[in-house]
Amino acid sequence: MKEFKGIAASDGIAIASAFRLTEPDLSFKKRSITDASDEIKRLYAAIDVSKDELLTIQQRTLEDLGSSEAEVFKAHGAILSDPELLNRIKSTIEKEKVNAEYALTKVTDGYIKIFNSMTDNEYIRQRSSDIRDVTKRVLSHLLRVPLVDPALIHHKVIIIAHDLTPSDTAQFVPSYVLGIVSDMGGRTSHSAIMSRSLEIPAVVGFKGRLADIKNGDTVIVDGSTGNVIVNPTEAQTDEYTQKQADYRQRKSKLADFKHQMTSSSDGKHPIIAANIGTLDDLDGAIENGAEGIGLFRTEFLYMDSNHLPTEDEQFNVYKTVLQKMDKKPVIIRTADIGGDKDLPYLDVPKEANPFLGYRAIRMSLDKPDIFRTQVRALLRASSFGNLSVMFPMITTINELKKAKNIFNQERIKLIREKVRVKPVKIGIMVEVPAAAILADQFANEVDFMSIGTNDLIQYIMAADRGNRMVSYLYQPYNPAVLRMIKHIIDACHDNNLPAYMCGEMAGDQTAIPILVGMGLNEFSMSASSILKSRALIKRLDSREMVTLANKAVTMASASEEVTAFVHQATNNVQ
Amino acid sequence: MEKRQFNIIAETGIHARPATLLVQTASKFNSDITLEYQEKSVNLKSIMGVMSLGVGQSAAVTITADGDDEKEAIDAISETMKAEGLTE
Repeated sequence: MKEFKGIAASDGIAIASAFRLTEPDLSFKKRSITDASDEIKRLYAAIDVSKDELLTIQQRTLEDLGSSEAEVFKAHGAILSDPELLNRIKSTIEKEKVNAEYALTKVTDGYIKIFNSMTDNEYIRQRSSDIRDVTKRVLSHLLRVPLVDPALIHHKVIIIAHDLTPSDTAQFVPSYVLGIVSDMGGRTSHSAIMSRSLEIPAVVGFKGRLADIKNGDTVIVDGSTGNVIVNPTEAQTDEYTQKQADYRQRKSKLADFKHQMTSSSDGKHPIIAANIGTLDDLDGAIENGAEGIGLFRTEFLYMDSNHLPTEDEQFNVYKTVLQKMDKKPVIIRTADIGGDKDLPYLDVPKEANPFLGYRAIRMSLDKPDIFRTQVRALLRASSFGNLSVMFPMITTINELKKAKNIFNQERIKLIREKVRVKPVKIGIMVEVPAAAILADQFANEVDFMSIGTNDLIQYIMAADRGNRMVSYLYQPYNPAVLRMIKHIIDACHDNNLPAYMCGEMAGDQTAIPILVGMGLNEFSMSASSILKSRALIKRLDSREMVTLANKAVTMASASEEVTAFVHQATNNVQ
Repeated sequence: MEKRQFNIIAETGIHARPATLLVQTASKFNSDITLEYQEKSVNLKSIMGVMSLGVGQSAAVTITADGDDEKEAIDAISETMKAEGLTE
């Protein structure tokens, strides 16, 4: 028995036998050959076996995972049928009298180099990884070194790997891959993110030697604590089997909340919505029972692109979100781009202090063409669902008025062009203290406010949330922050406006009781927090939480005391 | 030998789906078919070749077909180009 620690990357517990996913040794030497036709025969034989193998994997993947995953292997097969590629390898063997391994690698390296140099074309650059994968496969047959194909795993295993590539994880069949242990990366590495989306328990940043785990060893992975046990004792196996059962029970209990309306024990109904950043996130939001989208960050449209997104490109994305949410409320935030995000096609000078600089609405008002394109796309999409729009980083009333003006101008233009436009609610993201303090005045100009706590907290506490030296100051429950939030919510309610929150704090299990007490109308959070938050609110009596919230804002101390106080108070009601 | 010039209007140039479909169309014919762009010429039946040209927006390309079905080949290719929004 051996116990190791790592970073908890994906919740859950798995017990199964180890399957080492190791890189095969595909090294070879350049050799001169005398009989080119023999060498070409050897090449074609390896290519034919590879194609057969790809067909099997494609079939298996299609059955187990679906057509888009299988598509990758179809593309690999197509590369091996490319006449120009084959001819070039063949003529390299003939002219240079070299071995097939060398000729193959020389030709495919050439393509990879060309494709990688096409910096403005992401699609083609990604194809170079396909070529690399295919080359490896043919090499493995030329060299007779077996390649480990995760798609061909057909019994229950824990994957032990140095690092996982996207093409590895794409081949995992969730019913066979029960857990993952990797010695690379942190919680945000590719392996970690993929395992969370596949809901496979995972530990990354493994602190032991992977070589100490042999194929077939029994391994326990606890993705909630980061514990890895190799060849456990009987008592340990029993202990973790029990933990696994408990975990599954908790999870299935939470699943009951998926189709329920959010409700406090005394029948108040705040909305639990999801924050999304891409269309991929949307499925997770729906899957977890989001009652709306409280924040759709539109930056990905600008970041994952080599050009400013066109009106049509944006329209299609917004329309998809609205349609998929099926009349549930969707709040789309206009672009929050600027100095901290490097957009190669946009000339924005680097700034010493981008969080206090030229970004979000400040840039939108300075570059109205970019802003107008987005506004038009939003308005055009409005007829496909229940759309609200909010502006980020609003600091002065004047900025808000300017933004609203542009919005109305584009709206009138579209109506004149006979485009169908539905009424759109307009709000601001309250994240700058200046706007928070004047919330009562802003209330006359908007339909709702959404508190962006991530930035609001760092601006109130004057502490960069990315700077580890001052991270102790990033205190969501500091009474200064709580008072500010209460002030914003009260200002909204005094003016009959709903108050929303879309920062991390909205999904924070300690903050939620206080926010319920303050009467927050919508909690928008990452999809994975929705069900547990709905379960928590179900246990809370909103009237008791009012008392709790009022007490919390009068506390003079820092976060720790508030945390302890909330935990004590809410444990009593559980 | 059949030769025709095309002006690519698609914003993303020839890539991904259109490229694959062009190669599929070309592969149906016996003629040798080449795609020429900026003095480089590739086999239009090769997806790797087509993609390695990196044909962008407003590029002028020449397609040449040589063989017993050259006329039909060029016609089919122009149609695919139009259907995929690569040309007007």
